[in-house]
Amino acid sequence: MEVATFIAYLVAAALFILGIRRLRTPETARSGNTIAAFGMIVAIVTTLFVIEFQSLLLIGVAVVVGGGLGALSAERVQMTAMPQMVAAYNGVGGGAAALIALSEFYHFQAGGESSLVADITVPLTVLIGSVSFMGSVVAFLKLQEVAFTGSVTFPLQQVVNAVLFIGILVLAANAFSGGAILPFLSPVASVVAVLAASALLGVLLVIPIGGADMPIVISLLNAFTGVAAAISGFVLDNYILIIAGTIVGASGTILTRLMSGALGRPLGKIIFAGIAASGTSKKSDDGEEKPVNDVSPEAVGEYLTDEAQKIIVIPGYGLAVAQAQQAMRDLTDTLEGQGKEVLFGIHPVAGRMPGHMNVLLTEVGVAYEKLYDLEDINPEFADTDAVIIVGANDVVNPAANDPEQDTPISGMPVLDAESAKRIIFVKRSLSPGFAGVDNPLFYDTEKTMMLFADAKQGLQDVLGSVKS
Amino acid sequence: MDLLTQLAVLGLAAFLGFELISRVPNLLHTPLMSATNAIHGIILVGGMITVAQDGPAWVKAVGFLAVFFGALNVVGGFWVTNRMLGMFRPPVKRVKRRG
Repeated sequence: MEVATFIAYLVAAALFILGIRRLRTPETARSGNTIAAFGMIVAIVTTLFVIEFQSLLLIGVAVVVGGGLGALSAERVQMTAMPQMVAAYNGVGGGAAALIALSEFYHFQAGGESSLVADITVPLTVLIGSVSFMGSVVAFLKLQEVAFTGSVTFPLQQVVNAVLFIGILVLAANAFSGGAILPFLSPVASVVAVLAASALLGVLLVIPIGGADMPIVISLLNAFTGVAAAISGFVLDNYILIIAGTIVGASGTILTRLMSGALGRPLGKIIFAGIAASGTSKKSDDGEEKPVNDVSPEAVGEYLTDEAQKIIVIPGYGLAVAQAQQAMRDLTDTLEGQGKEVLFGIHPVAGRMPGHMNVLLTEVGVAYEKLYDLEDINPEFADTDAVIIVGANDVVNPAANDPEQDTPISGMPVLDAESAKRIIFVKRSLSPGFAGVDNPLFYDTEKTMMLFADAKQGLQDVLGSVKS
Repeated sequence: MDLLTQLAVLGLAAFLGFELISRVPNLLHTPLMSATNAIHGIILVGGMITVAQDGPAWVKAVGFLAVFFGALNVVGGFWVTNRMLGMFRPPVKRVKRRG
């Protein structure tokens, strides 16, 4: 490698590191992202020199079409759909790594080269990249609620997964022994088969994982794709791939651990829970009608105006879907104008992904220091007059703390809305949340007010009666 | 680059990755995940290298698809992260309406 290339790649790596470093505080985060993007441009331009401008037209078309599609989707996507968008981008990255390893294997074969490193790295990249690709596709479909919603399991799932994994190892071995094990499959065909089998494995690994755990799965797959990119750096003998891929693999692993810690969901439990404990997560829908305290927006407005001094707002995914962030801000501004104290309690998965709800609220101009994390807000509920829960269920569900019940949210820390004097739910219906677990707070007719409405309309109606 | 050097680079980069993401506030988990997601789009570089090699049409097509995927990952990832972070404005001093 020429010295100039070496230095240019080093500059790109330094820009990635600096960029990630600046992503740790809200003040510097945006410039950090820009710096990392600039590092990417340096890496790509350098690579043009490495390949001596070969196949420029083909690369140009792919970059323009792919990049254009990326820009268009990124610009158009609703902020509420962010988790599935991140999953989609991650998936294509993993897919790219698998495809590169496949074509490199062809080149090894054609060139008659063989090395131990290639023998190990090619199938590994195909395996990880392909699992990441299809795993992300399933995550996307789950979050978009197109398919595989909830936990999808079938008998002998673990056995099927194990057999599939062994099959992948056999196919990989066949590829590198030149077809000694399975004579009917050529080496290249074997690697294609590894790709297909790994894709199926990706599907099977992610379908049993419940909706509430999806953010962690996406983060884990993100780390996987980083690792796949790093290993393809060995295949291609290109060290910017090794550096950038490994940094993402390592930081993604830490991020995944931080998230599963924040959610009280050990990683092992998430990955194996869906597979081991199938059937227990049935919805507690026993058909019996329980009474609820159904109230009007006026009643809510009256209570907030006359009796509540300290109010905590708990926004959930339903708020985001109804695009009620602005209405929420208008209501809290008005209440603050009346001299009341209003705080926001943000659960780590309020918008389905850690930090996602913060993004949605800052979008409408809620200052981010008013947004409190779970640990910081929980002690506040005991002396709070009213909790307004908008379109959330799982994140305030005390059933998560009940050791008697085995539900998809068991063990997840929840916001302690229960301790407040009054609980006001703004919700369309009594339907359980994303995790499909019924909430006992709904039926506390003494304490809870249920305002059945679309979040946006409901909050606007409450605002109307608060003002008057 | 020999294998030992490659492994050394791998080890140092892994260490760096762990060190970089220590104690990030929940607030920034989503943008951070999205930005690191964009960085693994570096795989695009690998796609460029494979496409540039001589080979039959199907191998070129596979490489083309890889570059397409990689470009989608890079541009989409950085773009959407930028959009998200653009919303984190510094706290604005509100006009006090208490009175």
